[in-house]
Amino acid sequence: MKKYIGKRLLQLIPVLLGITFLSFAMMRLAGSDTVTEMYGDKGAVSQQIIDAKRAELGLDRPFLVQYGSWLKGLLTGNMGVSYVSGKNVFQTFVSKLPATLLLTALSIVATVVISIPLGILAAVKHDRFTDYFLRVFSFVGNSLPNFFVALLLMQLFSIRWKLLPVISKGTTVQSAVLPTLTLAIAMSAKYMRQVRATVLEELNKDYVLGAKARGVRGSVTLWKSVLKSSMLTIVTLLALSIGSLLGGTAIIESIFMWDGVGKLAVDSITMRDYPMIQAYVVWMAIIYVMVNLITDILYHVLDPRIRLGVQEG
Amino acid sequence: MSEVTVRKQKLRKNTVKMRLIIFGTLAVLLVVCSFFSAYLTPYDPYLQDLSIAKQAPSAQHLLGTDRYGRDMLSRVIAGSRASIFSTLLLVAIITALGTAVGVTCGWTGGWVDTVLMRISDVFLAFPGLVFALAVAGSLGGGLQNAIIALVAISWPKYARIARSQTLAQKETQWMKAVRLSGSGTGKIILKHILPNILGPILVTSMLDIGTMMMELAALSFLGLGAKPPIPEWGSMMSDTRSLMTTSPWITFSPGIAIFIAVMIFNLLGDTIRDYADPKSRR
Amino acid sequence: MEELLRYEHVDISYLGVPTVRDVSFTLAPGEILGIVGESGSGKSTLIKAAMGLLETEGCVTRGDIWYKGKNLPDLPQKELRKLCGPELGYIFQSAGSSFCPIRTVGVQLYETMREHERISKADFEARAMEMLQKLGFENGKRILESYPFELSGGMQQRIGIAAAMLLKPSVLFADEPTSALDVTIQKQVVEEMLLVRKTFGTAIVLVAHNLGVIGAMADRVLVLKDGEAVEYGKTQEVLTNPQADYTKALLAAVPKLRR
Repeated sequence: MKKYIGKRLLQLIPVLLGITFLSFAMMRLAGSDTVTEMYGDKGAVSQQIIDAKRAELGLDRPFLVQYGSWLKGLLTGNMGVSYVSGKNVFQTFVSKLPATLLLTALSIVATVVISIPLGILAAVKHDRFTDYFLRVFSFVGNSLPNFFVALLLMQLFSIRWKLLPVISKGTTVQSAVLPTLTLAIAMSAKYMRQVRATVLEELNKDYVLGAKARGVRGSVTLWKSVLKSSMLTIVTLLALSIGSLLGGTAIIESIFMWDGVGKLAVDSITMRDYPMIQAYVVWMAIIYVMVNLITDILYHVLDPRIRLGVQEG
Repeated sequence: MSEVTVRKQKLRKNTVKMRLIIFGTLAVLLVVCSFFSAYLTPYDPYLQDLSIAKQAPSAQHLLGTDRYGRDMLSRVIAGSRASIFSTLLLVAIITALGTAVGVTCGWTGGWVDTVLMRISDVFLAFPGLVFALAVAGSLGGGLQNAIIALVAISWPKYARIARSQTLAQKETQWMKAVRLSGSGTGKIILKHILPNILGPILVTSMLDIGTMMMELAALSFLGLGAKPPIPEWGSMMSDTRSLMTTSPWITFSPGIAIFIAVMIFNLLGDTIRDYADPKSRR
Repeated sequence: MEELLRYEHVDISYLGVPTVRDVSFTLAPGEILGIVGESGSGKSTLIKAAMGLLETEGCVTRGDIWYKGKNLPDLPQKELRKLCGPELGYIFQSAGSSFCPIRTVGVQLYETMREHERISKADFEARAMEMLQKLGFENGKRILESYPFELSGGMQQRIGIAAAMLLKPSVLFADEPTSALDVTIQKQVVEEMLLVRKTFGTAIVLVAHNLGVIGAMADRVLVLKDGEAVEYGKTQEVLTNPQADYTKALLAAVPKLRR
């Protein structure tokens, strides 16, 4: 087990290097004329000033040297300053992160509460009315873009029924309801399908028939064996869908004016604040990679087949 | 002795073929309509007439008019071109690029495989739309850049499928015989590998059309895709958001259009998957 | 003759296709009946039907299966469940996969017993150990603490038998219990089944695709071809003087095994 974790950590190094390099290269290539752009509106600025600014931002050094120093900055939390606000990029990112994590956590909780019971129900009622109904429900949810859902909820809850604020006023419970619901609807639709498929697959395994032959009640087999076996996959799938959730928060945060890193990213993109975008992309990727790593390790700890190092069959 | 009992068994009908025909027809209809959208609009989608601005849906304007008095139905129909065509183009590019990389990896093996696969690992390490946002952001807005951004995040999935399929094909006895027969690499790949691996890849492509359409619309919604006044469903929704309180039809018509288009393609994708792999039909 | 189980003109359709047609046989207490036929002849379907293991895919469309005065296909799920285990036991082709892979054998056997009687964990363990000892297992405790995949193929099969016997059923259905095993291990499993009959007087319905194992164990044989019984009689008679051509072909295909 320790060996496995060690191996996974080692495999992480090239991926992390790749992530940082890609993020850096992309922004540097895009931002090569940032300085020109910065002064673009203010009319003619002498080449000297531009060169001075470039030097100040370190844009005149060789590419790899810039990458190296940026990487060092990444590790020490010094990722430069925002082109727009002039504040430290990393600190800004960290200050907005809790809001996003809160929204993510709430959405995950909502998703779990909605989709796991429904997914199991659909699997158990396989090919009966409940199943068809839930499948249609999940299908519709899967075909709705989340920004559409967001506007729809806003229209109903805030404008029509005036129950909740249109845009968030800080990170309060009322402000969190709609963004959470939006993210949870999109995620539940997809996730419920996966839960259903996982449980169905498990229900079709030989041991379910075996338990039936021993006279074990279906409900006992479902709770004790089927769900326990499915949980591994269900948790893994949940962790993997955190990726789409992290990406999805950007658009939802900016619609509901939720003050997290997603909105920060969208604003930075609009204002071409490259260091800020860079910090967002790199850190979101690192968080995602870490979540996946932890999931993978947990999976290995929880499954006795892998834990005991025996292959199935 | 007892009498013999007779019981009945219920049978489920096989409806996959029927679904395939229905959804296939709908999807084709949608694509054809979007192709000829310029001729199908009842009004000029760009024609402004402020005297009829923000009118609610009526017999003349089935979906009402927007803030410049443009006919919403015409704009939604015109928007299908940007939305549906760009999506199909996007999926085609991803499929082609991913397959090319995957087949190269699977066929060549060695360091080429290792390097390309490690690169795809890096791309897969970015969560969902985050990387697409960054790409679109660094390239600036525009439909073309949005497509590039989505290609950047989606190709690795196809490369992986194509790679594993190629590897599986390479191992078959039949392929070994083909290779011994002395055909050139290019010919083997084109004539023997591709036809055999294309099935699963195309099924994946079909399943992805709906998602891609939504992601493209999402980028446009954020202002990173199609730019106004070009009608595109995502961007149409975002620039009319401020009118949502007073004239919700302006904001929601394009949204419903996205929903319908995505649903048709999702239904078609699911049906094709069921058709291709009856085992997955549950 | 006293009867325990009686199939009467049974038709079974599986996924809408008629798989078994007009099969009748009886089983006396302590008898071993061999059902032989090639794969796809409907022999597993035939015994699964008795215990309601065909799920929604298969259905007894005609005929009765009588067990101690009850017609099994017409029994409500709840009633049938109570018979599965204490009255009717089942051994799968790969008994290992009839246990959930992420729970230990002991936990699942305890769960099974609890479904049929109130029993404390300590009592269960004592009984399980006793059963395992009777059937010649030395390391009972270790077996109960194992996950199914930790046991070898032959061991899984024997545990499958022991597990079924824990509830002392009067009929044991064995669905090709030896076909996935090496010849030497097949012998152990056959011996264990014979020991079960000797010790507990259990009647066994043994399904196999060749006459080898059946010839060595069964008192009577039913030969099944395309879902229809082509021959039914005492093993000795069927083996020495087969009537149906199909039985002759089956006999010719199998190397002679003496009883």
